[in-house]
Amino acid sequence: MALRTEVVSLVAVALLVSTGGLVPRGAAAAPGAAGPDFEAIAGQLAAPATQTTAIAALGGLTDPAVEPLLRALKDGALYRWNTGVAVLGDDGALRDLAGRPVLDSRGQPVVPREGQEAIALEQASFGRVQAILERLQVFTGDPEARRSAAFKLGSSHDLTAVPVLARALEQERDARTRTVLEEALAKLRLLAPVAATRADAARALGRLRSESALAELRAVLEREADRATRQTMQVAVQSIDSFVFLRSVVGYLFNGLSLGAVLLIMSLGLAVTFGLMGIINMAHGEMLMVGSYTAWVVQELFATHFAAHLDYYFVIALPLSFLTAGLVGLALELGIIRFLYGRPLETLIVTWGIGMIFSQSARLYFGDQTSVNPPTWFRGGVEVLRGLIFPWSRIFIVILALGALAALYLLLRYTYAGLRVQAVMQNRSMAACLGISTRRIDALTFALGTGLAGIGGCALALIGTVDPEVGKTYIVDAFMVVVLGGVGKLVGAVVASLGIGLANKLLEPAIGGTAGAIYAKVAVLAIVIWFLQWKPTGLFPSRGRAATEAAEAG
Amino acid sequence: MSVRVTRRDFLKGTAAVGAGLAAGVGFPAVIRAQGGKEAIKVGVLHSLSGTMAISEAPIKEIVLMAIEEINKTGGVLGRKVEPVVEDPASNWDLFAEKSKKLLLQDKVAAVFGCWTSVSRKSVLPVFEKYNGLLFYPVQYEGEECSKNVIYTGATINQQATPAIDYLMSPEGGGKTKFYLLGSDYVYPRTTNKILRLYLTKVKKVPESDIAEEYTPFHHQDYQTIVGKIKSFGAAGDAAVINTINGDSNVPFFKELANQGLTADRTPTMSFSFAEVELQTLDVKPLVGHLASWNYFMSLRTPENLRWVKAYKAWCAKHGTPDKQCVTDDPMMHAYVHVHLWAKAVAKAESTDVDAVLRALEGLEIDSPVGKYKVDPKNHHTWKPVYLGKIRPDGQFEVVWKSKGWVHPEPWSSVTYPSRECDWSNGGKGTYDLVEGKHVWLSERK
Repeated sequence: MALRTEVVSLVAVALLVSTGGLVPRGAAAAPGAAGPDFEAIAGQLAAPATQTTAIAALGGLTDPAVEPLLRALKDGALYRWNTGVAVLGDDGALRDLAGRPVLDSRGQPVVPREGQEAIALEQASFGRVQAILERLQVFTGDPEARRSAAFKLGSSHDLTAVPVLARALEQERDARTRTVLEEALAKLRLLAPVAATRADAARALGRLRSESALAELRAVLEREADRATRQTMQVAVQSIDSFVFLRSVVGYLFNGLSLGAVLLIMSLGLAVTFGLMGIINMAHGEMLMVGSYTAWVVQELFATHFAAHLDYYFVIALPLSFLTAGLVGLALELGIIRFLYGRPLETLIVTWGIGMIFSQSARLYFGDQTSVNPPTWFRGGVEVLRGLIFPWSRIFIVILALGALAALYLLLRYTYAGLRVQAVMQNRSMAACLGISTRRIDALTFALGTGLAGIGGCALALIGTVDPEVGKTYIVDAFMVVVLGGVGKLVGAVVASLGIGLANKLLEPAIGGTAGAIYAKVAVLAIVIWFLQWKPTGLFPSRGRAATEAAEAG
Repeated sequence: MSVRVTRRDFLKGTAAVGAGLAAGVGFPAVIRAQGGKEAIKVGVLHSLSGTMAISEAPIKEIVLMAIEEINKTGGVLGRKVEPVVEDPASNWDLFAEKSKKLLLQDKVAAVFGCWTSVSRKSVLPVFEKYNGLLFYPVQYEGEECSKNVIYTGATINQQATPAIDYLMSPEGGGKTKFYLLGSDYVYPRTTNKILRLYLTKVKKVPESDIAEEYTPFHHQDYQTIVGKIKSFGAAGDAAVINTINGDSNVPFFKELANQGLTADRTPTMSFSFAEVELQTLDVKPLVGHLASWNYFMSLRTPENLRWVKAYKAWCAKHGTPDKQCVTDDPMMHAYVHVHLWAKAVAKAESTDVDAVLRALEGLEIDSPVGKYKVDPKNHHTWKPVYLGKIRPDGQFEVVWKSKGWVHPEPWSSVTYPSRECDWSNGGKGTYDLVEGKHVWLSERK
């Protein structure tokens, strides 16, 4: 008797496997012909003798409807009920495979009998069930999970997964997930016994520019006996290779541009205070830090008071960091720096000390456990080429740097205030004679410079750290940009930051080795030093009588 | 954890140091040693400013908490324990100066301190010359076994190699390629040297499947490196072994998240990145990345729940915001080793360094991770190893746990198969087993 039911259910499983694709989703719920199949599988899973065979057969199944059954088995929530099985629901009552409550003859929900044990899953089969469940993830609702499952199947070298992937691809509507499914399918088909299938797969991978299949493709190519297929594979490898090369070039250029923008936003403020005014402001890094901490404080305030609108903190933080750093700068100028004009050495030492006071105060007041998290709009990035993502936060910094630059340029070039600033910086005594309050202009220009540093700090917090030491990591780069660009010229700062950024990011992969990042920095510094030996006034030296006089006097 | 040093703390600290000075000058050492009810002084030597403050400041807190606990239950040998807190300011030379001051001027019975290996190396000669006792709470690269140090943090085989084993197992994703990324100093370089040997010799991973890269402290721009990792792990068969120390972890993980490098394709296994560092980050894109430690705050053991609760109360009392009040592995070790010292002093009935060291041999204690013991010979400790996955709430979910405690190997069996260390009765420290005989390193020219 027992043997007969076993045979019947085995046939049923086999039937189910062979017609796999045809069983509609949610078949278990339908009282139709497909229903008993699940009962049969379940019956098999319930008997220790047939469990292993049944699980093996399930491996080829492409129907996600079997998932609840397997999950229940794995979690130890599957119970014998009458002739079939039932699943233990969260409420403690039994449910049938379609999820309907199991009712006894009086219509009451059934709970497992006292002492009744769940159907045991044999230790040896646990991993197999886990694998089948993972495989069925290609059908879940979350596209991210589907892609992840498809990718895993693609690298599993398991040809029995092909029908599952093929079925998933049929149903899939999301374009990105489709690509991943196609890629996974092609990767598995590379291992197919038929040469034509392998060639097709290689062609598909070449078309998809699949970097993830490159190693596999190369390995298969080594073994390939069929000449035509070999050739197809070679073409595919070449096309992926050239794509990867192109992509890294684009990637390096973007990295360089992004670093350039970072440097520009770091040094724009210094280009005003040092470049225009000639103040050696060693506390410039700490002005950036003020901006970063402003962003952090605003973020924390939002997190405690307006948690629902947390993302908008950045909209407030950006202008506020300009104001805060600007005010701090104003106070510094009025309180200290104005007494030190024309004494560069004293300025250097005093601002260095101010920087130390700032950074230690930040440590005492804020501690070291601070970090700004970008708003969720800046999370992730835009995929420009397959596998190459430009992060939104970096794109934002590029735009912000250009925006700040444009604003500064317009201010200096086209407004009355800018005209007065230029007048004072070019010829102080003449400007004073013409009735311009040079004191006020000095204070405001310095505040403008530190305010710009504040904006920079706020933006840099998106990608970097916010800590008391952060100023020191910025100051050297900022001075390097301004000196290399030529003191007093905005265009110099732009060209210098872009140049340094690109040089750094192209040298880093070119140098390679175990310390590429360090040596790239060293190389860039060496280049800058050499360049300044050759052209001591930088890329765009200031010309004119004032500059010449200053040079002669110095 | 904030390093919020209020003015009151500062005054208290100064007062303590002042009192220490007065006591040191006032009484000859002999009288003090026999001095009955006078407090026993211990040193706390952790950076409260500079680069390492992010990690070391919380350790100072937990050490002070442990001392307070001991004092609440009557102190040791009927005497109170009095902490002398020094700030070596992440300056390696200052570590040596401060430890000299603690040993000679304050005459402390023990010092709890150091984080980076370079700071430990810098104080080592001082402790050996003046026969001091240092408790060191951080996981480290090994290849050291001083008579005067008790190493409570993990050795390589208590942290790094189990992590590699896990990553290569089916549960860990069956990874076959490894990208070793670290800060450029002794700990990451030595760890990776040993790991490279372990991967190639024991695990048979070809050299071409191992990449290695270092960045300076404070490095901010990880664009190129993350791009390289992406290419390296394009086929989904690679993992990153992260030994970046300090604040550079923040830009690294931000870049990782932004460039879409997810844990299910290329997981990052970190050795110096714990709950404390994780609290500041936007955790969501980092879910699933891994860390290897002897302790996680999320462990649901009664001892741990009690400890975390006690620390939360301590934070509340000392004004640390609750969000920053988390516990992690080095804090656990630091907390346990204060109690270990107290237990050993009670057992030895003396604060004499040699007596305490003898009492520490094989000493067992209850800890937040359960049973915990000092090795009978080599001055390191036995404890369990846990691997954890980052959860969306900023904690780690344990995905693997060693069977019981793991023995410490100061000299990795991969690099030095026949080298061991023994300080127990008459042992002279590190030795090589040559044809069954002990050849002591200290006696070798």
